[in-house]
Amino acid sequence: MTIQPIVQGRGIVKRYGHVTAIDHADFDLYPGEVLAVIGDNGAGKSSIVKSICGAVIPDEGEIKIEGKPVHFTSPLDAREQGIEIVYQQLALSPALSIADNMFAGRELLKPGIRGSLFRQLDKKRMEDFAREKLTELGLMTVQSINQAVETLSGGQRQGVAVARAAAFAKKFIIMDEPTAALGVKESRRVLELIQDVRSKGIPIILISHNMPHVFEVADRVHIHRLGKRHAVMDPKSISMSDAVAIMTGAMEPPPVEQQQLTPKAA
Amino acid sequence: MKKVLMGSALVLTTAALSTAALAEAHNTTACLITKTDTNPFFVKMKEGATAKAEELGITLKTFAGRIDGDHQTQVQAIETCIADGASGILLTASDTGSIVPAVQQARDQGILVIALDTPLNPIDAADATFATDNFLAGELIGQWAAATLGEDAADAKIAMLDLGVSQPTVGVLRDQGFLQGFGIDLGDPNKWGDEEDDRIVGNDVTAGNEEGGRRAMENLLALDPMINVVYTINEPAAAGAYEALRAIGRENDVLIVSVDGGCPGIANIADGVIGATSQQYPMLMASKGIEAIAAYAKDGTKPEPTEGKDFFDTGVNLVTDKPVDGVESISVQEGTDRCWG
Amino acid sequence: MSETASKGQDYESSLSKATASVAAFEKRKGLVPQIQSALHATPALVPLVVLVLSIVTFGVLLGSKFFSPFALTLILQQVQIVGIVAAAQSLVILTAGIDLSVGAIMVLSSVVMGQFTFRYGIPAPISIMAGLMCGTLMGFINGWLVAKIKLPPFIVTLGMWQIVLATNFLYSANETIRSQDIEAEAPMLQFFGNVIQVGSARLTFGALFMLLLFVLLAYILNQTAWGRHVYAVGDDKEAAELSGIKTNKVIITVYMASGLICAFAGWALIGRIGSVSPTSGQLANIESITAVVIGGISLFGGRGAVMGSLFGALIVGVFTLGLRLLGADAQWTYLLIGVLIISAVAVDQWIRKASA
Repeated sequence: MTIQPIVQGRGIVKRYGHVTAIDHADFDLYPGEVLAVIGDNGAGKSSIVKSICGAVIPDEGEIKIEGKPVHFTSPLDAREQGIEIVYQQLALSPALSIADNMFAGRELLKPGIRGSLFRQLDKKRMEDFAREKLTELGLMTVQSINQAVETLSGGQRQGVAVARAAAFAKKFIIMDEPTAALGVKESRRVLELIQDVRSKGIPIILISHNMPHVFEVADRVHIHRLGKRHAVMDPKSISMSDAVAIMTGAMEPPPVEQQQLTPKAA
Repeated sequence: MKKVLMGSALVLTTAALSTAALAEAHNTTACLITKTDTNPFFVKMKEGATAKAEELGITLKTFAGRIDGDHQTQVQAIETCIADGASGILLTASDTGSIVPAVQQARDQGILVIALDTPLNPIDAADATFATDNFLAGELIGQWAAATLGEDAADAKIAMLDLGVSQPTVGVLRDQGFLQGFGIDLGDPNKWGDEEDDRIVGNDVTAGNEEGGRRAMENLLALDPMINVVYTINEPAAAGAYEALRAIGRENDVLIVSVDGGCPGIANIADGVIGATSQQYPMLMASKGIEAIAAYAKDGTKPEPTEGKDFFDTGVNLVTDKPVDGVESISVQEGTDRCWG
Repeated sequence: MSETASKGQDYESSLSKATASVAAFEKRKGLVPQIQSALHATPALVPLVVLVLSIVTFGVLLGSKFFSPFALTLILQQVQIVGIVAAAQSLVILTAGIDLSVGAIMVLSSVVMGQFTFRYGIPAPISIMAGLMCGTLMGFINGWLVAKIKLPPFIVTLGMWQIVLATNFLYSANETIRSQDIEAEAPMLQFFGNVIQVGSARLTFGALFMLLLFVLLAYILNQTAWGRHVYAVGDDKEAAELSGIKTNKVIITVYMASGLICAFAGWALIGRIGSVSPTSGQLANIESITAVVIGGISLFGGRGAVMGSLFGALIVGVFTLGLRLLGADAQWTYLLIGVLIISAVAVDQWIRKASA
């Protein structure tokens, strides 16, 4: 019995003039897993992930979400399908409140005429929802939901961004370097958040440079090299230095049967 | 074939160029530099100059500042005229003092510079000045207001709506002329606001437009709501002041006087908005100026000032429908025939 | 191999003893930080306090001459035009833009209303509609150039200022349409000049319109999604775009709203000065920016409350009238307004530090 992948990309190609950023690459994300995508600078790991969420439109190849072919033209298309992205620069408006940020672009209106005619926002419902989501992730002390995001620390902001993604993601979440700008303590908290989100059953694509973090939370590690999927490894069966060696081309990847192209049966 | 074409084109071009050069040699060029080209006063001035220049076969080039007070553009215009080899320049200066070095430069090149409407500072920095006697213009409306009030002039409450806080010369002359005509001691005649007569409720500035006139009038009414005489720098300010008075229902028991004689202003006299105004004649200034440049280009004669004055007076008339004894005036009908804007 | 992996994590093991409440929200302590965050939450507080203080000060100095319903409502009448334009300017500045063409759009709209009525004999209500549409169209051009062509707002509106002003002079031939003619033939153009008199207090429709406009904008900015998007776009356009806000649409609609409001200001201007005068409103852009800045809206966008601009405009009005009644030279007004502008920006910077 095979499990249907959430995302399945086959033969994806993206060229910029003479440069081939994605060269017939494959990609698989399975339910309930944290898939880390690693690769050297310029390997195209960012491009392959962007092609999945519509930020990059591939020239060739096929992308299926839950078995259905999709052709996203912008991240907004992907968002409508329940795919959330936590950007490296977080995409939060500093002067707005936590609740405003969580609902940016998908605000809730009051019921009845106050919503339909006067377009009034249902602030109470949005605040309650935001509070609930932050509390679920253990991020919340109750009085501060109207606090401006800029009054938060880097880790707290990351928390808000992750909570937003977790709250609205129906299919999966993409996280781009979520710990890159954070200190040691805050990184730790974010790694815990990632695990919390996974435990809610939402799969995550994690792009990161930080090998210890990748090896701590990932179920599978997708190693990207020269625009292609070079190998997919189980982090428990490979050392960090070997992963780096494969990533940089210093070492040949192990044969396919020793790789982890599909998750182990639970 | 191609060569023939090119050859004839060349001949034609040369011919055209030499004709232009010939025309240049025979033609006198004059420049008109105004403060702006949007104010109807200057629009009329330009019309007068253009008509006269056409009549006398003079090439006229016109320049204007972008806004009132745009000194820089006027200096550039003078420099352009010098480079252009103009015989004469007609200038309404935005900054009467700072423009003097540029004017001097033009005069050093043998260009006749005539100040129109606004005297330079000092007045003899230009070869001649063709202007309204603004002090007289003020004096006429002052005398008219005093005569209209009769005995009540002794208890008048006067609002003075001036031009700007920098006290430009034209504004000071009209203001002080009005006070002189009304019979009020001037203090220093070179500035307004230093008078000590109790009849003056206050001075405020209008920028010479409706909005400023209304605001200034409201401010002074807040000081004393029983104002009954209003001096205004020009007719748009007067129209604004009238709106302020109308708002508190006092438009019929206040005398408004003004200076300019533009067509909307004269119409406002007919409608009873303004009691009297002193009409000036920008077209005349400009056409006299062009004539002077033509004469200068011909034989080097320079225009002479009006006797007893240091400028050439282009005349001013009091326009009102309610003439009073002892103050000469013309009717609204006549004012309308001669109005501008 | 797994041993290596776990060793890699060892350096963090001591962390387990560290406090776990990293991401919890702490409350600020101390009076100054509390004021700072209060201002952060309610940015219109400073101008409101300044407004109240200046009214009280002039009231004490001048007594009933100033502190009367007549004088206080007079201030409302005097600031109505700048106030309405400042409302438009606030919207644009909240998106981190600036609109230098507001005054020109206002005047052109009023000229269109007047000339359509008097030159072409079109009924006044239709002329007024045409004027309002003219303002909205000018705003749309501004917004389209800013959003789609990605030109800086300063440049776009600097250009439009010149273009609209020149159009205004060319089209109107600088003809003034006199108050008496308007009153006789198209009194609707002077609609905003109508007055509600309560005792000695006089409220013109224009002043009331200004107040209602601010209330409406405050509601829209705080209570609707579009309003929150205006803030988000001004705060960080990229972030707003990434979090799913259609930023170009927001920017274009903001400039269109600004143009429409300016056209209303043009209509109110006819009510205020009685006539249609193509030379009015030359300083409206600077005066409106002044009101917005004194009102505590950040020129960098995304911060401030629209009510602040109303208070800012009123502060300028109170100082102007108050100092005139005190008999001070008009230059003192400008001097004090200059001080207020710089202080307002300094306070803005200080409030921003609260966020760090």
